[in-house]
Amino acid sequence: MLEVRNVRKAYSGPQGRVQVLDGVDLDLAQNESLALMGESGSGKSTLLHLIAGLDQVDDGSIRLDDVHLSTLGEAGRARYRREDVAVVFQQFNLVPSLTVAENLALQARLADRLDSQWQAHLTTALGLDGLLDRFPEQLSGGQQQRVAVGRALALRPRLILADEPTGNLDEQTAEQVLDLLLERVAESGSALLMVTHSTTLADRLQRQLKLSRGRVVES
Amino acid sequence: MIRRTGWVIATLLSHWRRHPLQLGCLIVGLWLATALWSGVQALNQQARDSYDRAAQLFGGQAGQVLVSTDGQAFHQSQYVTLRRLGWPVSPVLQGSLAVSLDGQAGSVESLQLLGIDPLTLPPDSTLTRGSATADVAAFIVAPGQTWMAGDTLTRLGARSGDVLMSAEGQRLPPALRRDELPPGVAVVDIGRAQQLLGLPGRVNQLLVTEQFAAEQPAVPDRLSLRWDRREEADLQRLTDSFHLNLTALALLAFLVGLFIVQAAAGLAMQQRRRLIQTLRACGASAGALLIALTVELVSLAIVAGLLGMLTGYLLAGALIGDLVASLKGLYGAEVSAQLNASWSWWLSGLAMSLAGTLMATGGHAVAALRQSLVPSRQPPGWMQAQGRMLRWLCWGSLALLALAACLWAVADGLVAGFALLGSILLAATLALPMLLAVLLGIGRGLARGPVSQWFWADGQQQLSRLSLALMALLLALAANIGVGGMTEGFRRTFTDWLDQRLAADVYVRPEGQQQAQEILDWLQARTDVDDVLPSWQVDSSVGSWPAGISGIIDHSLYPRTWPLLEAQADVWRRLQSGKGALVSEQLANRADLTLGDTLELDTPAGPWFLELVGVYPDYGNPRGQVLVAAREFRSRWPEVGVSSIGILADSDPAALAQAIEAQFDVRRVADQASLKTYSSQVFEQTFAATAALNSLTLGVAALALFSSLLGLADTRLVQLAPLWAMGLRPAQLGWLSLAQLLVLAALTCLLAVPLGLMLSWCLVAVVNVQAFGWRLPWHWFPGRWSQLVGLALLAVLLAASLPIARIARARPDNLLRQFVHEG
Repeated sequence: MLEVRNVRKAYSGPQGRVQVLDGVDLDLAQNESLALMGESGSGKSTLLHLIAGLDQVDDGSIRLDDVHLSTLGEAGRARYRREDVAVVFQQFNLVPSLTVAENLALQARLADRLDSQWQAHLTTALGLDGLLDRFPEQLSGGQQQRVAVGRALALRPRLILADEPTGNLDEQTAEQVLDLLLERVAESGSALLMVTHSTTLADRLQRQLKLSRGRVVES
Repeated sequence: MIRRTGWVIATLLSHWRRHPLQLGCLIVGLWLATALWSGVQALNQQARDSYDRAAQLFGGQAGQVLVSTDGQAFHQSQYVTLRRLGWPVSPVLQGSLAVSLDGQAGSVESLQLLGIDPLTLPPDSTLTRGSATADVAAFIVAPGQTWMAGDTLTRLGARSGDVLMSAEGQRLPPALRRDELPPGVAVVDIGRAQQLLGLPGRVNQLLVTEQFAAEQPAVPDRLSLRWDRREEADLQRLTDSFHLNLTALALLAFLVGLFIVQAAAGLAMQQRRRLIQTLRACGASAGALLIALTVELVSLAIVAGLLGMLTGYLLAGALIGDLVASLKGLYGAEVSAQLNASWSWWLSGLAMSLAGTLMATGGHAVAALRQSLVPSRQPPGWMQAQGRMLRWLCWGSLALLALAACLWAVADGLVAGFALLGSILLAATLALPMLLAVLLGIGRGLARGPVSQWFWADGQQQLSRLSLALMALLLALAANIGVGGMTEGFRRTFTDWLDQRLAADVYVRPEGQQQAQEILDWLQARTDVDDVLPSWQVDSSVGSWPAGISGIIDHSLYPRTWPLLEAQADVWRRLQSGKGALVSEQLANRADLTLGDTLELDTPAGPWFLELVGVYPDYGNPRGQVLVAAREFRSRWPEVGVSSIGILADSDPAALAQAIEAQFDVRRVADQASLKTYSSQVFEQTFAATAALNSLTLGVAALALFSSLLGLADTRLVQLAPLWAMGLRPAQLGWLSLAQLLVLAALTCLLAVPLGLMLSWCLVAVVNVQAFGWRLPWHWFPGRWSQLVGLALLAVLLAASLPIARIARARPDNLLRQFVHEG
């Protein structure tokens, strides 16, 4: 389903140009889950952002089924982000001025794909039933991340990308959030690519891939 | 697509639901900016509309008429002679008439009565264009008609069909509304006008067609007529500077208002950067976001703009009385006191509101849309960002200073004068953050204890957020010091000048030569009159500027009291010798005359060459003036009668003035004290709008500060929480923050004083000279500066009280949460 070939990406920084990704290959099938690991600065988040269509490759290609990302313009990439993928960020990235219910429905509404029954099911499954009218700042970190997971799943995207989704949570809450994420991913039929530092969490996913200095060193 | 954009708009707008005060600040800023701008524009438009109506009354762009050589009413036989010669002339008799509504003991109003002959009027006259043959017949045939504009009728409490009564008890023909007429004017058939004004068989102007005026054929020698420019045609030009001054002040107020919008919008956009990033990550396209932001900004501009227009209308309504009085007092211009909001005023106000919104918020919106989609884990370093901002502002300031230098060197004219002023003001405003950063850096270097070191260092960090509000404060304060200083200086100079200039005890303007002689004879016979100073005047022009030429007698009062700005030695003897002339300052400036120059005056006896021997101030007079010896004047204009008589009284001047009024049928007689009171009233009314705009601008700047501080309080706890953790109490943090603000405001005030002085100097030395033709002495008012600085600091204190109270009352859980959010 997801095919990443020979992807290269460099950024300009205060110390000059830094090659963050240097020829990365990756494959992910439908219903599959993959943990992307590596030390800080290894290029995990950059790869995730490129697959999410938030940034563009310098070289190489990324394809999700029949969608070739490098051929898409700004509008095409926006459509891809809206309809094909959903991202769960470490910082939750909820809209602070929207209620929990509105945050949950946000991306599905943008994609014009809101399924009320599925949303109600997700709300209950994620334990958010009593919190729908609250605003993000009135929630704990674990609750906020559950809303972020719910927002991604509500879309039923082909691919869910999670960037250290439990990085801001304590161990117990992290376990709970991951359980929910994996159960719902399996239920929705999406594939999951998750960036994590934790080997314990990575062990819960079907496959693992390790990056070092912009290259795949272990899979 | 529409639905998706709708969701994006709803999500963006949801921000305001959580930050209603921020939305309030944004709307209030735009509201006030539009109100001040559109209020002044309503006043200007009202005045221009009145001038246009006056200028178009008799048609023709050239505005040329035939008047008698002595400037008095003349017999209509001269009109008949010209008609027989085939000249397309039309007679007009104009005079002031006190009227009231028939049968009512209401207040008496003074109107300009115009007697016309509709059959011979030039075809491009407003009166001809709107009249059918039947109208003309109804106008001429008894009982006839009195044409008046709707606003004039309203002022009199009358309606079409009502009959007005003159103060002498004569009935005017029934009133008929004609809105194309200028305010304060009543038009009747010339025969009726001659009866009503008590001038049978007299006319005082002959109108001609535009084409004929362009040819200006020589007047036959046997007629005592000359070509002249109609006064109404000059109104627009004479009052331009007055309106430009008001516009400049309104623009300043608009700009200060935009600072609020900029501060509030900047904060809102900064707080929504993450939201926009999230929306884009969720698939909202840049196009949809651009549409959403545009819809949001345009809606805000329309709502705030409409509120501003309504408030501006009310503001104009409050100021129109003073404006009407001052334009009449200064220029003799009749302006309708009934505000008329035209569609073009509404449209231009809304356009200004839209342009202001886009100017103040567009940059923030574009920056938010152009930000990277990749979320950054580290907030941007404030020091680097501030350094960038300071560098940009410095470059901007230097560019504006260079522009000011160019304008100073090469530009001429009033608009250039204001451009110079604006460049200096904006250059100083842009340089303010850098100057404050340097001053805070010095404070930091001198600090010893840890808290005082934090105090100065944190002050530097606050600069990015507060600089806009401080810039608004600098602008408003400098404008107040500058304009206030100029006004106060003018008031002082004007009062001194009036004391010198109005040296006689009573002034009379006789109506006609015969009456003048009767008054002079009567005065000679009285024992309570020490001396009499008659003067003769004729309207003429020097270069392209209208000027009056006055002949004064040889009397010791003039050398003793007449104020002079510059003069040659023995100036009064040279004047009375008939070889020298004095000119008013504005005429000297406009005609570029200096002492020793030769002045050429057109007289019926041929050109008269005079040496310029002195220049004198003549504040408040839009026309130039030339002073010559009466003896020589009378030999060149033998037909011109005494136009004014100054009387040195030996007893109570007011009683003498009353005695003259009782004895003669003369309306224009006043004692010195009444004239001074009237002149001072005109002065106060002239600057009423300026003072109101100035105060409002300072108020708007205080609001800008409040808006910025409110936003700052939200983010301030993150910076203060570590100090709380290290043992400082919230109340202490509140006091420290307040002290920081007061230091920043005090430093801004310190910089505003020299800037205000420079502004005041520019107004006195550049703008006033260009606008009015006179230069005032430059005065210092340290007491007033201290008052303004005290007021500004009080405004800061008030604006800071709520946000600072939030900090001082911060609960421990609030402060703790800052660490959680940081993690």
